[in-house]
Amino acid sequence: MSAAPAELPRWIDIGLIPVINICLALLVSGLIILAIGENPVEAMAIMIRGALGYGEGIGYTLYYTTNFIFTGLAVAIAFHAGLFNIGGEGQAYIGGLGVGLAILAFDSTLPFFLLLPLGILAGAAFGAAWAAIPAWLQAYRGSHIVITTIMFNFIAYAVMVYLMVNVLIKPGQMSPESREFAAAGQLPFMHEMLAGIGITVTPTPLNLSIVWALLCCVGVWAYIWRTRWGYELRAVGHNEAAAVYAGARPRHIVVAAMCISGALAGFVGFNEIMGVHHRLLLNFPAGYGFTGIAVSLMGRNHPVGVVLASLLFGVLYQGGAELAFEVPTITRELVVTIQGLVILFSGALAYMSTPWVTRVWRALLAWRAGAAAAEGA
Amino acid sequence: MPMRHDGDDAVVPPEGPSPPAPPAAIELRGINKSFGAVRANRDVSMTVRAGTIHGIVGENGAGKSTLMSILYGFYGADSGEIRVAGKPVHIASSHDAIAAGIGMVHQHFMLVDNFTVLENVMMGAESGPLLRESIEKAHGELTRLATEYGLHVDPGAVISDLPVGALQRVEILKALYRDARILILDEPTGVLTPQEAEQLFRILSALKERGVTVIMITHKLGEVMAITDTVSVMRRGRMVAERATAETSTEELAELMVGRKLKAGVSPRAETVGAPALAVERLCLRDRYGVARIDDIGFEVRAGEIVGIAGVSGNGQSELLEVLSGITPMTAGRIVVEGREVSVAKPARPDEMRGLRLAHVPEDRQRRGLVTAFTARESSILGYQRDPAYNGRLFTDYDAVDGHCRDLMERFDVRPPLPGIISGKMSGGNQQKLILAREIDRDPKVLLVGQPTRGVDIGAIEFIHQQLADLRDRGCAILMVSVELDEIMALSDRILVMFEGRIVGEVAIKDADTSTLGLMMANAHEGASARGGTSGAEPVA
Amino acid sequence: MFRTTLTTIAGAVLLAATVASADEIKPAVVFDMGGKFDKSFNQGVNDGVMRFKEETGIAYREFEVTNETQREQAIRKMAQRGSDPILGVGFAQVPAIEAVAKEFPKARFTIIDGVVDLPNVQSVVFNEHEGSFLVGMIAAMASKTGKVGFVGGMDIPLIRKFACGYVAGAKHANPKIVVIQNMTGTTPSAWNDPGRGAELTKGQFDRGVDVVYAAAGGTGTGVYQAAKDAGKLAIGVDSNQNYLHPGTMLTSMVKRVDVAAYNSFKSALDGTWKPGFQALGLAEGGVDWALDEHNKALITDKMKASVEQAKADIIAGKIQVHDYMSDNTCPR
Repeated sequence: MSAAPAELPRWIDIGLIPVINICLALLVSGLIILAIGENPVEAMAIMIRGALGYGEGIGYTLYYTTNFIFTGLAVAIAFHAGLFNIGGEGQAYIGGLGVGLAILAFDSTLPFFLLLPLGILAGAAFGAAWAAIPAWLQAYRGSHIVITTIMFNFIAYAVMVYLMVNVLIKPGQMSPESREFAAAGQLPFMHEMLAGIGITVTPTPLNLSIVWALLCCVGVWAYIWRTRWGYELRAVGHNEAAAVYAGARPRHIVVAAMCISGALAGFVGFNEIMGVHHRLLLNFPAGYGFTGIAVSLMGRNHPVGVVLASLLFGVLYQGGAELAFEVPTITRELVVTIQGLVILFSGALAYMSTPWVTRVWRALLAWRAGAAAAEGA
Repeated sequence: MPMRHDGDDAVVPPEGPSPPAPPAAIELRGINKSFGAVRANRDVSMTVRAGTIHGIVGENGAGKSTLMSILYGFYGADSGEIRVAGKPVHIASSHDAIAAGIGMVHQHFMLVDNFTVLENVMMGAESGPLLRESIEKAHGELTRLATEYGLHVDPGAVISDLPVGALQRVEILKALYRDARILILDEPTGVLTPQEAEQLFRILSALKERGVTVIMITHKLGEVMAITDTVSVMRRGRMVAERATAETSTEELAELMVGRKLKAGVSPRAETVGAPALAVERLCLRDRYGVARIDDIGFEVRAGEIVGIAGVSGNGQSELLEVLSGITPMTAGRIVVEGREVSVAKPARPDEMRGLRLAHVPEDRQRRGLVTAFTARESSILGYQRDPAYNGRLFTDYDAVDGHCRDLMERFDVRPPLPGIISGKMSGGNQQKLILAREIDRDPKVLLVGQPTRGVDIGAIEFIHQQLADLRDRGCAILMVSVELDEIMALSDRILVMFEGRIVGEVAIKDADTSTLGLMMANAHEGASARGGTSGAEPVA
Repeated sequence: MFRTTLTTIAGAVLLAATVASADEIKPAVVFDMGGKFDKSFNQGVNDGVMRFKEETGIAYREFEVTNETQREQAIRKMAQRGSDPILGVGFAQVPAIEAVAKEFPKARFTIIDGVVDLPNVQSVVFNEHEGSFLVGMIAAMASKTGKVGFVGGMDIPLIRKFACGYVAGAKHANPKIVVIQNMTGTTPSAWNDPGRGAELTKGQFDRGVDVVYAAAGGTGTGVYQAAKDAGKLAIGVDSNQNYLHPGTMLTSMVKRVDVAAYNSFKSALDGTWKPGFQALGLAEGGVDWALDEHNKALITDKMKASVEQAKADIIAGKIQVHDYMSDNTCPR
């Protein structure tokens, strides 16, 4: 029967509660910082100023944001199809390999405006292919996608090390890296583009790929909520029996959703390889694929939420680096702890604050109703 | 259901001469409970005499379950008083309720699947830290309860191996093991076969004879008439009437529940029946263990008739609907819809069947009929999401979908008429109306409908029956599966009875009566074996 | 436009640098992914800069990177803050140092384990193959089974350089020796995975190996422990690790990154810092094998004599140890 508690308005549910969760995380972090003898307020100020207070900080923050948007969207779209893709790391790695191979092959022959779509396509194709194998195994052989995607991360690491050390390395070089791409194969940096219109900013890794990331957000939103394929994808995710009834083919949808997911994760490679490093190298996914899970969770699997959560994680990454840089007693391990607390509070404990927020809200409503009644009388 | 009685021939429940009135087992006074703006219980008072069976009836949302949840300590009442055996008690949790001698059997059983019966019964009521002592004690107690009340279950059986009826007995045992003197049952027959229900009623009578008070929440008025001594009627959070069962009738109770007079039956049956719209020949379905779920059956449904499929739940009716709608591929035989042949060699998926203008209202609306997380707007095109009417080249035109949904809601009286509402938050009846609207709206040639009114309010039942009758009159061939024999009898032109995957009997409506159908459902009618064995091959007209 | 910006920034930094370097220097160090407590390479650098701080009382700035992009960010930040000299640790920082050193031509940079050919960069590399050659000889001479093992961190050229020298040394001492090689992993976590190190070592022991050489950073501790547990021998790397398990630590291939780090800061303070390329091998004392009270019982006079002879021959050029990095191959 109608036992559901009074509902919270949307703005509290998706706006206020996440903010409260972050504040709780920062409060606990503050206590830890206090315990090691630093001033938590000052530390927070350094973190926020370092991330958003000046051009270089903003550049790095947005650069991280770009990666998180890609992996966050990747996790989100798989989640809508009821799949938990934790292979973003490997898909990003292999996606980057695709970008690198494509550019290495054509950077001397093709102009930038052809290399740009080529890079995007290569990243998408390789990322999608890497996700398609676990997807196929899930759909047709029943192998659990969580297990297979994480295994494919390890395979991706091994493949990349093998290729970089034995095949793609520039000879006579200590570091397992390819040669640098020709200028036509490099995405313009944001500071270069801004310089072109007369604005001077410090060089940062932020590049054109952030525009692509935002376009991907719009694309994912439209796909999920405004097309019949997205409709069937969500139907499979929420209720497979109903989706079958509706004529959708769950196996096809599992494979399609994972391919899109893998392609999105592969764009991390587009940002890192074509946008930042301009060469193929090792370890560039740097955990973005895993952080994407937290981003998606926090962003409630919605592109707008993913952008906001990505921004938050960008701030945490850049601000955290700044904090470790400025305050020697705050080590990188502590910064990771703070990041972990934010994930814990806004992910695993996301609904912890809901009951008492609900109580406060109800009390507020009752008080308001009471006040109105008193006024009326 | 064979042992259900309509109001007219209601048997007065076995009741001895009234003993001198002891204090009431339960007395509720002025109970109020609100959830936000919803007032689930308003000033509810109720008295249940000790050693009686008391029914509480009401539509979905009338406040029955809320009231019982308050009594069992799930919710605290906003105001009001509870007395047990004459003494006021404070019940803040189920522990308090158990201590007061109240036990509850939920609609959805709360048992640990991989534990044995004994372990489930003991769990949370172990007599000490040593398990062995508890086990011995529980074993003795279970044996005693089983013989005393006819509650026979093997204490060593694992829950997941037991049929539904046995699970319910385990739940009752759990309550009795905790010394419950008052037993609350929430919709106890909803999941039972008629035989199991009958057995349950025997157990309840035995409990009553030994002084246990039983409170039964239900919406099946026939059961109320058959088993209870007194009955309370709730409507919109209020207690609107209390009757001695012997002095009331199903008609009166139905009126009290709905708050108005109900129309009698649906419009007269169509006179003319057209050509076969759906033909089924030698259809078989074996599951992956090789067990025949559908065993060589054949029949036809003609335009303008409703064919009802009766049977105890689990005899292949569900599988039949899923095969006919294309969800499950058949393993042998053929189906002809609108001249298109579907067979193992020429399968058709649900979208193709829909393309043949075969519509399907699934049995389980929560699991198949809609996506509870979707908005009503989205659920209103489930199965038709690729229809060009709602789609451009790339994007779905949600304005068109919205308009379509509004139109359906208006014409089928779906409340609230808000296309943006989450489907899962609509009541069962309104969900069902929305699904029916979606499937009927395209004027199908064939409609498959499973359990059209399961868990639906009386008011909505009336509406849904009328819609089905109207659709038949417009020339649609309707195949209806229902476990409610009343429903089958009220709507069908012909009735097929299924037993263990076979069609074991066919009755024209004019020859149908509850007792023959009941026997057929148990495959115990005359010539059962002969008919049962050959039904598939027999021409059915 | 872009270049003007750089010049402006560089100018500003130059100004800051001149003011600061009047009497003191403002050194900085950027550790790599392993972190400064990796019990190996980064920790060696940390020891060196700590020693500098203790002796001179001059504080230094430090940062530990956690992803690829932070290297350049941290080094640039150091340069912007007027740090000088700036010490980069590990070959992976080569592109970052290269980029930032161009932007800040007046700042001084030192890179350890990598080469950047710029007028304001000092590159320090080590002839790990020479040191590995010596410990390879010792391993082969100490082995009773004729099988010796190698546990690397990641399969990257630097580690192949260690392995290649080790194999050559072992073959030099005993042409019939069998060398079994394993790599710990494929991600940077391979540099700090003692559990996996122990597992691989046990596997090698099962295949008859009785001396194992670890070139795997923090993973090595697991290798040494496994050797101790099995009563076999292990060879340490980077710093002198003989003391860890006296009796089963055969020797260590010492790579004096601490000295290189210390020297970089000290020479800047003394005004003797010079850009350019330094390869520190046996001759320069940059690499060596370790003999101390913890392992002298394990090293016979005959072993010591042959190793010292080989060392002298390498310094004199009579033995040429192949450097994997020179052509990315290792002769069999």
